[in-house]
Amino acid sequence: MSVVRVQSAPFDLGAETGAFAARAAGAGAVVTFTGLVRDDTGDLQAMEIEHYPGMTDRAIRAICDEAATRWSLAETLVIHRHGRLAPNELIMMVATAARHRADAFAAAEYLMDYLKSRAPFWKKEIGATGAAWVAARPEDEDALGRW
Amino acid sequence: MIDVLYFAWVRERIGLPKERVETDAATVADLVAELKSREARYEAAFADPAAIRVALDQELADFDAPLAGAREVAFFPPMTGG
Repeated sequence: MSVVRVQSAPFDLGAETGAFAARAAGAGAVVTFTGLVRDDTGDLQAMEIEHYPGMTDRAIRAICDEAATRWSLAETLVIHRHGRLAPNELIMMVATAARHRADAFAAAEYLMDYLKSRAPFWKKEIGATGAAWVAARPEDEDALGRW
Repeated sequence: MIDVLYFAWVRERIGLPKERVETDAATVADLVAELKSREARYEAAFADPAAIRVALDQELADFDAPLAGAREVAFFPPMTGG
């Protein structure tokens, strides 16, 4: 089963991971990934994350559904925030649960690769001296080729 | 009539998030050409088509996709989720 949440509110990584593991009946492995707001320049004041409300949820669900056809997964969870976030805040997390860790690791990587380039979010970095949209990196698009 | 949505820097360049457009354009590319001919801000937003992605009724699509039957088209830069 997949749970997808797109929200502006913060989430509690420990509580989410604990609850996820608790409902992953029959699984022997849980893998989680968490993305944080990174300050590359030292003057980041905030990151604004825009999304396409009508499309976001269905795009993420389609990615989770595809992962479920490729690996044997007990559960998947994607939480992704939008709005204005401060440096070091949690942006998003994925969690995957499977009988064995290989499926859980691979599915988590797959979800991340596709969330980067196929989920309709756009990041803008707000610095002391101005604001700039984060450009998609060619490596991120290339990463899809490995699946 | 079709709803046209813009996100991120495409929205900023055009100056609005959404508009309803009366068009007979057959494809997404035809609609883009129509919009570009309207005003300089559209010309600026669509200057480099390779930098723009499109969704038709909230599914990713190509510029040569037909518009017939679509209710909503969205234009945006490559996504940066995660």
